Amino acid sequence: MTARDTDWDGVRLHVVTGKGGTGKTTVAAALALALARGGRKVLLIEAEGRQGIARLFDRPPLPYGERKIAIGPGGEGETGDVYALAIDPEGALLDYLQMFYGMRSAGRALTKLGMVDFATTIAPGLSDVLCTGKATEAVRRKGGRNGHAYDAVVMDAPPTGRIGRFLNVSAEVSGLAKVGPIRSHADSVANVIKSPQTAVHFVCTLEEMPVQETLDGIAELRGVKGMQVGGVIVNMARPAVLPREELESGPDVSALAGSLTRAGLHSADELAKSLGDELAEHARRVRLQDGQRDDLAEAGQPLYELPLLTDAIDLAALYRLAAELRDQGAA
Amino acid sequence: MTSTTALTDNPVLEADRIIDDRRTRIIVCCGSGGVGKTTTAAAIGLRAAERGRQVCVLTVDPARRLAQSMGLTSLDNTPRLVEGVSEEPGGSMYAMMLDMKRTFDEIVEAHSDPARAEQILANPFYQALSSSFAGTQEYMAMEKLGQLRKSDEWDLIVVDTPPSRSALDFLDAPERLGRFLDGRLIKLLLTPAKATRPFTKVINAGFSVVTGTLTKILGAQVLRDAQTFVTAFDTMFGGFRERADATYKLLQAPGTSFLVVAAPEPDALREAAYFVERLDAERMPLAGLILNRVHRAPGTLSAPRSLAAAETLESAPNGSSETDSSQASADAVAAAALRLHAARMSLGERERRVASAFTSAHPAVPVMEVPALPEDVHDLAGLRTVGASLSGEPQ
Ligand SMILES: Nc1ncnc2c1ncn2[C@@H]1O[C@H](COP(=O)(O)OP(=O)(O)OP(=O)(O)O)[C@@H](O)[C@H]1O
Ligand SMILES: Nc1ncnc2c1ncn2[C@@H]1O[C@H](COP(=O)(O)OP(=O)(O)OP(=O)(O)O)[C@@H](O)[C@H]1O
Ligand SMILES: [Mg+2]
Ligand SMILES: [Mg+2]
Repeated sequence: MTARDTDWDGVRLHVVTGKGGTGKTTVAAALALALARGGRKVLLIEAEGRQGIARLFDRPPLPYGERKIAIGPGGEGETGDVYALAIDPEGALLDYLQMFYGMRSAGRALTKLGMVDFATTIAPGLSDVLCTGKATEAVRRKGGRNGHAYDAVVMDAPPTGRIGRFLNVSAEVSGLAKVGPIRSHADSVANVIKSPQTAVHFVCTLEEMPVQETLDGIAELRGVKGMQVGGVIVNMARPAVLPREELESGPDVSALAGSLTRAGLHSADELAKSLGDELAEHARRVRLQDGQRDDLAEAGQPLYELPLLTDAIDLAALYRLAAELRDQGAA
Repeated sequence: MTSTTALTDNPVLEADRIIDDRRTRIIVCCGSGGVGKTTTAAAIGLRAAERGRQVCVLTVDPARRLAQSMGLTSLDNTPRLVEGVSEEPGGSMYAMMLDMKRTFDEIVEAHSDPARAEQILANPFYQALSSSFAGTQEYMAMEKLGQLRKSDEWDLIVVDTPPSRSALDFLDAPERLGRFLDGRLIKLLLTPAKATRPFTKVINAGFSVVTGTLTKILGAQVLRDAQTFVTAFDTMFGGFRERADATYKLLQAPGTSFLVVAAPEPDALREAAYFVERLDAERMPLAGLILNRVHRAPGTLSAPRSLAAAETLESAPNGSSETDSSQASADAVAAAALRLHAARMSLGERERRVASAFTSAHPAVPVMEVPALPEDVHDLAGLRTVGASLSGEPQ
């Protein structure tokens, strides 16, 4: 097995954020697949229990537990495993109570009383800490070939607007108990998150609002000591169908009509006109996209680009996106 | 764009009919995250104003440039007159951005004496609740709507709803906040341990486990803050519930119209379907579905035929003469155009399939399609274009 260098060697926790709907869940899944090779074991975590991962892999809703959900790409002996975990605040709180107080069944009773809702409501940071806590616990867990239970953990994280607060655990618990396990828990979480072991990647489409949010998000995280900003994954890009100069010069409608006739199409003149319009619109879109990409590049983080797939996103599509990420050095 | 074949066979949503009907007093734009609620609300408001109505648009978190184009530069929680709106038919447009914290503060100030208000506003638990509780924004949007409607300064109020995963949050969150504020645990916290109420031992024991655990996790201070807040806030609870109920009733009144916005994508349409069913169950008046950012299939050349033609051109033998080479480069451009067209047709086809999952389940819901514009909508001209599409005017 030859270990090829990737841009994020040494990173074991990949946090994937981005504006809502830009493809966080899809990209996180593709990244997990891309990392799962050469016998590696990868855990894909969904932070805000909406069962997006289960839907993506065409599975029934995941219980609160780690299960194998897919195998990585690559031939015999080269492949790895992807496990998945959907975290919900309730499960995470019960886990926590069990871990520090050995009181799982009492915890269950408290759930019935609505305590979990209550606790997470009056202390909004609590469920975030429990969630990041679960992820970092998986990162630190011992076992496996290299001494780690998982070689990498990928987290489908909350959107850009909340990511700063979500990851800044120490601040999150500052209003909470001044002593006791939740404090030291937060500190150990921060030790992983604010270390070179963790990178925060941004998923972004080439549109104005997502680009702005991404730039704001990167600036925000850079302001937090120890936090490592990862790559910017441009998603759903429409590749230019022709070289830029040809797109810029605009289509020659009569030459287009000639070609269409040669291709055996009828009413070539009319068709050429409408295809010409489509080409012009495409040129305009490409120009807009280029502008947005330039703005993103200003941030100075590595850029990766995934194309807009026209078919529904299924497992085959995820492998395709995973291969793109791998080829571009993201994994 | 030549073809305007609709994605669905459902009845057509006639936005102008709703706007022009003076009995329409409130239009609520809802839908899941990012589908175009704010854009639609602003576009409807502008169109109504330019057709003679006195409009107020209540927006929540508009994109910066869109807000600027409506003259909304600061979050000051009061409607401002929008410049650049045609006043010919005697209409006008006001717009505002919701400031949820300020709205909450104003309620507190209006319903308690100054000393108590100050105490509440300074409470850390109140501050958390008023700025970050999931549901506060929805509650405050409803509250603001109630206030605007009561002032009776506008004859049409267009409401945008907060960005949230699920469209249902708008209807559920106020109830959730209310339930939380007079929930069981809060009551427990309020009741001193040696209450005079006939508490059984069991409840008392259960109670100490609860408070004990909460104290361990959250710390005593957080609980004390919550207790102080609840005590100070106690007299207002009833008022909260009542106002939320009143606004909820307003939403069921005949002068209200709900517009559900969705993109032609499975998640957004699934949410739209839940919402439509919910409105029905609550007897809330649904005006119809706006299918936003639709990619219309241009022309009649199908995707497979387009691809076949592209392949024919790409596999043509390459000559070496000068005419041959200019022909070859024209063919390359044509092949690219054909592939582009094929992708466009497939996308249109996919959107049609996705939309039909909704429309077969809800064949009677009026639908209007708004095409995906090449650029973001961030000025009045863009809003007019969207408004025109909403009314079925040819582009
Ligand atoms: N490269 C792509 N090509 C085509 N469709 C894509 C691509 N990436 C994502 N999608 C689609 O876009 C939609 C949004 O993707 P996804 O659910 O991953 O986004 P998200 O950021 O996780 O959204 P949310 O904020 O709601 O959690 C889905 O329907 C998904 O199938
Ligand atoms: N028909 C359209 N064509 C092109 N762009 C559009 C169209 N409708 C909306 N947009 C753009 O899509 C983005 C999202 O729209 P908008 O802010 O209205 O959505 P929203 O539903 O209010 O989102 P949120 O849930 O975040 O509040 C904006 O950048 C807007 O300019
Ligand atoms: Mg997601
Ligand atoms: Mg909005």
